[in-house]
Amino acid sequence: MTTNDNHGLRLIVRYLVLILIALMFCFPLVFMIISSFKPDQQLLLDSGNIRAFLPVGDLSFDNYSEAFARAPIALFIFNSVFVTAITVTLSLLLCSTAGFAFTFMEWRGRKLALSIILATLIVPFQAIAIPLLLLASKLPWIGMDGLTWGWLNSYHVQIIPFIADGLTIYLFAQYFKDLPGELIEAARVEGASWWQIYRKVVMPLSGPVLATAAILKFLAMYNQYLWPLMVVQEEGYRPVMVGLQYFFQLNIAWGEVMAYLSLITVPVLAFYLYLQKAFIASIASTGVKG
Amino acid sequence: MTNAKWVAGAFVAATAWGSVAAAQETLTMWYHGAGNEGEAKVLNQIITDFNGSQADWKVELQSFPQAAYNDSVVAGALAGNLPDILDVDGPVMPNWAWAGYMQPLTIDESKIANFLPGPKGMWDGKLYSIGLWDAAVSLVTRQSILDELKLRTPTLAEPWTLEEFNGAMEAAKASGKFEYALDLGTAWTGEWYPYAFSPLLQSFGGDLVDRSTYKTAEGALNGEAAMAFGNWWQSLFTNGYAQATQDGADRDSGFGAGKYAFSWNGNWAALGALKAFDDTVFLPAPNFGAGAKIGAASWQFGVSAKSAHPDGASKFIEFALQDKYLADFANTTGLIPATATAAAMTENYKEGGPLAVYYSMTEANALVRPVTPGYVVQAKVFEKALADIANGADVAATLDAATDEINADIEKNGGYGH
Amino acid sequence: MASKFTVSHRAGWLMAGPAFGLMVMFILVPFFFAFALSFTNQRLISPNPTEFVGLSNYRQLLGVGMLTLEPVKDDAGIVQLKDGAPEYPALRSFTRKNPDYPHLDGMRELFSFNLSGDKITYVLARDVVFIKAVLNTFLFVLIVAPLQGGLALGLTLLINQKLRGINVFRTIYFMPVVVSIVVVSILWRIIYDGNNGLLNNILTGLSFGAFQPVNWLGETSTAMGAIIAMSVWQAVGFHMVIWLSGLQTISPTLYEAASIEGASKWQVFRYITWPGLKNTAVLVLIVITMQAFGLFDQINVMTKGGPLDSTQTIVFQAIERGYGKQDISGGSAISVLLFLLVLSVSLIQRYLTRSVEAK
Repeated sequence: MTTNDNHGLRLIVRYLVLILIALMFCFPLVFMIISSFKPDQQLLLDSGNIRAFLPVGDLSFDNYSEAFARAPIALFIFNSVFVTAITVTLSLLLCSTAGFAFTFMEWRGRKLALSIILATLIVPFQAIAIPLLLLASKLPWIGMDGLTWGWLNSYHVQIIPFIADGLTIYLFAQYFKDLPGELIEAARVEGASWWQIYRKVVMPLSGPVLATAAILKFLAMYNQYLWPLMVVQEEGYRPVMVGLQYFFQLNIAWGEVMAYLSLITVPVLAFYLYLQKAFIASIASTGVKG
Repeated sequence: MTNAKWVAGAFVAATAWGSVAAAQETLTMWYHGAGNEGEAKVLNQIITDFNGSQADWKVELQSFPQAAYNDSVVAGALAGNLPDILDVDGPVMPNWAWAGYMQPLTIDESKIANFLPGPKGMWDGKLYSIGLWDAAVSLVTRQSILDELKLRTPTLAEPWTLEEFNGAMEAAKASGKFEYALDLGTAWTGEWYPYAFSPLLQSFGGDLVDRSTYKTAEGALNGEAAMAFGNWWQSLFTNGYAQATQDGADRDSGFGAGKYAFSWNGNWAALGALKAFDDTVFLPAPNFGAGAKIGAASWQFGVSAKSAHPDGASKFIEFALQDKYLADFANTTGLIPATATAAAMTENYKEGGPLAVYYSMTEANALVRPVTPGYVVQAKVFEKALADIANGADVAATLDAATDEINADIEKNGGYGH
Repeated sequence: MASKFTVSHRAGWLMAGPAFGLMVMFILVPFFFAFALSFTNQRLISPNPTEFVGLSNYRQLLGVGMLTLEPVKDDAGIVQLKDGAPEYPALRSFTRKNPDYPHLDGMRELFSFNLSGDKITYVLARDVVFIKAVLNTFLFVLIVAPLQGGLALGLTLLINQKLRGINVFRTIYFMPVVVSIVVVSILWRIIYDGNNGLLNNILTGLSFGAFQPVNWLGETSTAMGAIIAMSVWQAVGFHMVIWLSGLQTISPTLYEAASIEGASKWQVFRYITWPGLKNTAVLVLIVITMQAFGLFDQINVMTKGGPLDSTQTIVFQAIERGYGKQDISGGSAISVLLFLLVLSVSLIQRYLTRSVEAK
C-alpha cells in the first residue's frame, strides 16, 4: 500500500469490476421482474432497449391478478415446495450417511456398491423414465386408505425415487475425504459409535457441502417437469414447472408469463438466501477446519 | 376456480371418499384446456348441465395444459390409468385408437349427419371421436394493402394461382413498407407445421404419405410435386418474403403492428386481427395446381378403451353435441361450430358475421391430415424437413431423407394396421 | 485407512444401505430395463408384439459409409462443367435404391472433402442427425467444461476478497443458478431475438451503429455459441460456490506463512491455492462434464435442435425419438450409447486425475 489516494482508487476500480459483473448476472432477472408489471404491448416494445429494466410506463399488478385467475398458482408453489423440501431433507440425511460410510468405513461390498453408485451418475433420467413409470404404477403403498397399488397421483411418487442419487453421495464422499481422518480415528479409539461420530464430529464440519448438496437437490427437484407430467394427472398434485404450461396458450400473455416466472423464482431465491446465511456465511467468517 | 377452493376441494374429496352415496356413477374426463378460462367455463357448464339432466352419471373433469396433454395421456395409458372420456387432437386419434387406448363411440349416425366432415373422427370405418368445432386457416391481410399493391381479391371460386401468390409477395416486398411480406407462423413449432403447411404441399399435388395405401411416402413426399413445393417453400425465405425463425411475439402481434402484409393464420386469431384493423380481410387459400386446400379436424371427444362405462361416456358426448354448446364454444374460442345450425346461432359465424367466411372455406377446401396411426411420426418428420429447407437445406436430399424416415417407421410398425 | 477401528460391516450397510437400496430400485433396475429395450423394436404406443431385434437399433444409429465420386465426363472423357465447376453425379442416385450400392442405401451426406484432383469423397451416415448430435454434444462439453470451470474460479478469487459488502456480490453472481434453466431459456430467447433483441440493440449501441443485428438462435454459425454463452452464464455461479467451499478447506496458516515470506499474489495462487484446490477441481470438472452431456432443456426451449441440426444434442435426440416419435427402443439405444460414452470419458478423466484421487 502506497498512499491513501492510490488505495482509494484501487478500491473504486475493484468495486466497479464487481458491479459490472453483477449487472451482467442480474439483468435478465431484473428484466423479468420489471416486465411482470407492464402490459403485454409495452413489455414487448420495451424488451429491446434500456426501458426493459426501468419501472416506467403503465405499471400495475394486473398481470399478477390475471395469472392467479388463470391457474392455481399457490397450489402449484405449495406442491413444489412441499415435495422439494421433503426430498432435500431426506436426501441430505441418506446421502450424507452413505457418503460417510463410503469414506470412513470398511465393509463387505463397499467397493462394488461405490462403483455402482458412481455409474448411475451417468444414467440420464430421461432414459429410465418409461421403465420407472411402469414400475411406479405397480408399487404398493400403505396410506390412509390402507394398502393400495400404484403410486400415481401422489406426493410420494414425486419424492421417493429422487431421494438418493449418485451426485449427492459423491459430493459428500469427496468432501469427507478432505476432513482430517485423525479426528474420526481418535473418536473411534475413544469408543464413539459411528452414528455419534457422524452426528458429533462430521456433520458440524459439513456446512459447505450440506449447503451445496441442498441447493443442487433443491434446483433439480423444484424444476421437475417430465416426471410429474407422467405420474400426476390430478391438478391437486401438480408442481410449478407443469403449471408453467398453463401460460403458453396460443396467444401468449407475456406479462402473465413474467409474473408467473417471478412468482416461482421467489421461493428459490429465498431458500438460497436462507442457506447462505445459515451455512456459507458462517463458514466463511469463522474460517473453520484444516 | 380459486386456490382456496381447490385445496379445500381436494381435502374434502380425500376425506369424504367412499362415504358419498353412489347414486350417480362417476365418469372421469380429461381435457387439454387448463389455463384457458373461456374454454373451461363452457365445458364446466356442459358438465353441470349433464350431471343435472339425468340421475345415472356424474362427469368429473381433470384439465391439463395443452402442451403437456398428449404426453400425459400416453403416460396414463402406459400406467393403465386413463379416464372414461378424453379429448384428442383429430389427426392423433387413429394413433390412439390403433394402440388400443380408445373405443368406438356408440352415437347414433343421425345425430351427426349435419356435422362438417372435419370434426368426425373416423378410423377403420368407425366413429372414434367427434368434435364440437373445426378450425380453418386463411391468408389474413387488409383491404387497403390489396388496393395499394393492386392485387386481385381472390375468392373461393377463383383463388390465387401460384403466380398470383408469388406476385403478391413480391409486390409487398417491393413496397418496402413491411419488415416481411408474409407471416407464416414459423414461431409456432409443433403441430402448426403439418396443420398449416401440409395443405400447401397438397395443393401442389404432394402429400405426407401415399393415401391410397398409407404404406409409403415414396412419390408423395419426394415426387415431382413435392420437389416443386419444396423449392417454392425455400424460395419464400431466400427471396426474403418470410422468416425461417420467427419470434413468438411477432407471430402474436406482428400483423397487428403492421410488420407483415400477409399472415397465414388460423381463425382463432381472426378476432384479434379484426380488432387491429377494421379493413382486415380473410382470403381463401391459394390453388397451387391441385386445388386449394386447408387443414381440418381439431380437438374431439372420445371414450377410452378401458372405460367401464362406455355407454355413459357416449351419452355425455352426445349431450355435448347440442347446437347451443357448439355455439357457446365458438363464441368463446372463435373456432368454427361443427354444424350450420349452430353457426347461425353465433355472433361471428351467422350469415354476414365477420368470420362466416371461415365456415365456407372449411366447407370448400378442408382436407383432413392423413388418417393413419403413423401420422404422429409423419408430422414430426415433416416439420423438421420444412424447418431444414427453410434454413437452406438441399430440397431433394431433405425430402428423400424425410421419405425414408417415414417409410422406415411404417415398416417398423408393421404397416400400422392398414 | 483400513484398521480394526474402521471395519464395520453392519454399521456400513446400515448407513449406506438405504441410499443404495433406493438407487438400485429406482435407477439401476429401470436402467437395465431400458438396456433390454434397446435390443427390441418396442414402441411407446403399439398393439404389435415386442420383438428381439439384436443390434439393429445400434447399427441404424452408428452406420457410416464412404463414397468417392468422379466428375461427370462426356463420351470423350472431358469433365462437364456446370456454373464453372465440375459437375458430379447426384449423391441420391447412389444412396437410394441403387442395387450396386446396397450398403449405402438410405444413407445421407455427413460432410464431404476433396483429396485428390477432382474426385470428391463423401462421408455418409445412416443417421446423420444422431451423428451430428454426438458431435455437437462433444463440442458443447469441450467448450463449456474449461470455460465454465475457469470463469468460476476467476469469480471465486474475485469474490474471496475482504471487501465491505462482498456478500451482496456473491449473492448476485449466484442468482442465475437458482432460476430454473427453463425460465432462463425463455428470458434469453427474448434477449437473443434477431430483430429487436436486447443483445443486438446493446451491441449496435456500443459500436455506434456499426454492428449489424444477428439472428443469434436462427443462424447455424451462432446458435450453439449463443446456447453455450447462456449456459455458462447460468451455471457459473454454482461452480463458484463449489470452488469457494474448496477454498475454505485451505488452512489460513499457509497464507500467513506466505505473506510473512513476501510471496507474490501469483506465487500464492500457484503454490498454495491451486494445490489446495485439486480435489475441488476434479469435482468441478466431473460435475460440469456430467451436466454438459445432459444438455437438453436449453435446446428444447430455444432451438429444438435447429437451425439445420446445429444444436442437436444426444439427450434431445433420445427424447425426440423415444417420446416425440414413439420409438422408445431407439431412444433407449441412444441413452445406452450416451451412458457408454460418458462412462469412457469419466474413466479417462479418472485416469488423468488419478494422482489427485490417490491422495
